[in-house]
Amino acid sequence: MAKTKDILLDPLSDNNPITIQILGICSALAVTVKMETSAVMCIALTVVVMLSNFTMSLLRNITPGRIRMIVEMAVIASLVIVADQFLRAYLFDVSRQLSVFVGLIITNCIVMGRAEAFAMQNPPVPALLDGLGNGMGYSAVLLTVASIREVLGSGTWFGYHVMPAGYQGNGLALLAPGAFIIIGLLIWAQRTIIKKFEAD
Amino acid sequence: MKFLLDLHNKIRPDFEKGGKMERLYPLFEAQDTFLFTPAETTHGAPHVRDAIDIKRTMITVVLALLPVVLFGIWNVGHQYNVVNQTGAAGLVADLLRGAMIVMPIILVSYIFGGLWEVAFAIVRKHPINEGFLVSGLLFPLTLPPTVPLWQVAVGISFGIVVGKEVFGGTGFNVLNPALTARAFLFFAYPVQLSGDTVWTKVASDSSGLIEGFTGATPLAIAALVPAGQNVLQALHNADYAGFDWMRMFIGTIGGSIGETSALACLIGAAILIAMGVGSWRIMLGSVFGLIAMSLLLNLLPADKYKGFTQLPFYYHMVMGSFAFGTVFMATDPVSAAATERGKWIYGFLIGVMIVLIRVTNPAYPEGVMLAILFMNVMAPLIDHLVVQSHIRKRKAYLGKFRHA
Repeated sequence: MAKTKDILLDPLSDNNPITIQILGICSALAVTVKMETSAVMCIALTVVVMLSNFTMSLLRNITPGRIRMIVEMAVIASLVIVADQFLRAYLFDVSRQLSVFVGLIITNCIVMGRAEAFAMQNPPVPALLDGLGNGMGYSAVLLTVASIREVLGSGTWFGYHVMPAGYQGNGLALLAPGAFIIIGLLIWAQRTIIKKFEAD
Repeated sequence: MKFLLDLHNKIRPDFEKGGKMERLYPLFEAQDTFLFTPAETTHGAPHVRDAIDIKRTMITVVLALLPVVLFGIWNVGHQYNVVNQTGAAGLVADLLRGAMIVMPIILVSYIFGGLWEVAFAIVRKHPINEGFLVSGLLFPLTLPPTVPLWQVAVGISFGIVVGKEVFGGTGFNVLNPALTARAFLFFAYPVQLSGDTVWTKVASDSSGLIEGFTGATPLAIAALVPAGQNVLQALHNADYAGFDWMRMFIGTIGGSIGETSALACLIGAAILIAMGVGSWRIMLGSVFGLIAMSLLLNLLPADKYKGFTQLPFYYHMVMGSFAFGTVFMATDPVSAAATERGKWIYGFLIGVMIVLIRVTNPAYPEGVMLAILFMNVMAPLIDHLVVQSHIRKRKAYLGKFRHA
């Protein structure tokens, strides 16, 4: 079914939540110093956005339009708290490094945006797939940025040394401005390739 | 010259539209307009009858930089010979030693910056911009003589691509590309760009070091003077020959290659102002800003605040890279404010910020780079406010006549 494919693959490139819609930049800057933390963050966000899309889609016909934002917030917040507690229980070190950023998934525009834009109008299964697609789009960018930052900044990838001995880490790559510049260059490259330009 | 012109005219068709090497036209054009007056003239009105174009402007800046470059080369060699007690003395020995250290840095900056410049010119099909001749020379002058060459290459690449080309090339950049390159290196590789040991090249067997040499710059020493102590005394007692005003003015001290000498920068400033290329409003504005802020800090009680606050303004002017930054970096016509009143405000605030960062921020001993970059960002806002206030004043003025 072509539509399912679009729902899944569109957010990877042509409609990427980070590089095209410029959402979720905050966590993309904050957690991408290391691959490990970004991978955990990607999984956490993907699970949350999938489940929130699914739940909101189930509730879409019984949620009054005027309070739908509050309902969305309640659902997302509950899911995020579950994810946060799960990480604290099973991956304590990573959870400590991610500090508030797992909790801040609540405010991540991607989750809220997908619930609002897709799940409220579509049945549960496509909504679930849409969540998966957007989670993967987010993850693709996050993992790319984290790879560049960790390799340039620390000379490692997932903690393994990949650069020759004596490689001097680039301090800027470890700072948030470095992530900003890398995301900017990614957006430049991607929009040049898919030829999407903002109209003035 | 006739021979060169004939040669150029002979190969010209190869590079023009439909020619064999059409893609490389920017390279040919750069060479052509560098050697000869271009036949091209402006088509639309308004016309300004002047022989000056970007190429001539930029060459003037390069000329104004020559005293700084020559002094920098001599001084790097001089410091090397004195500090390591090599026994070599005299102008020629110092110049040769300095050239051995400095020329590779300048060459790497020009080669790698030039490659990016040409690459973008060919892909985007625009002429190679001469602004690069200035950025590519300014950048190495802001670096310590000990900087590794690969960092020069990485730095200038970042400055040209992220500082300039992503915005659309010369004339569109928000930040000064040379300073962007330096800021990149400063935050990416702080070990090689700050501290006490990078400002003077020390021979690999550092056994013959002159007595009293620590490598610390005057700013680093002044920053460490505790409350109640005389900062000038501390400066005079430091280093192998003591930092007095005259020595720092002439610039026979360790530091970044081009910034030690306020004197050489003043000569450059004279050339820039006489040729109408650099804005005297910006330069004078930042001098006033520096004086105002240091006088203000001088008012703080000396026994409560660190000695640096008591440093007189005429010392602030010759220390660090104030002269170099104000004359060559702040006056960059693209990233500076464009209105005349805006230039005063822009310059003044640069002066204020420089002293503020130097004295009150413990993380950065020198504030020139950050102050200028910060004001680069603010420049469009300053221009906007100046224009708006002008419009308001004109409206009020006209209104007076209407209602009279």
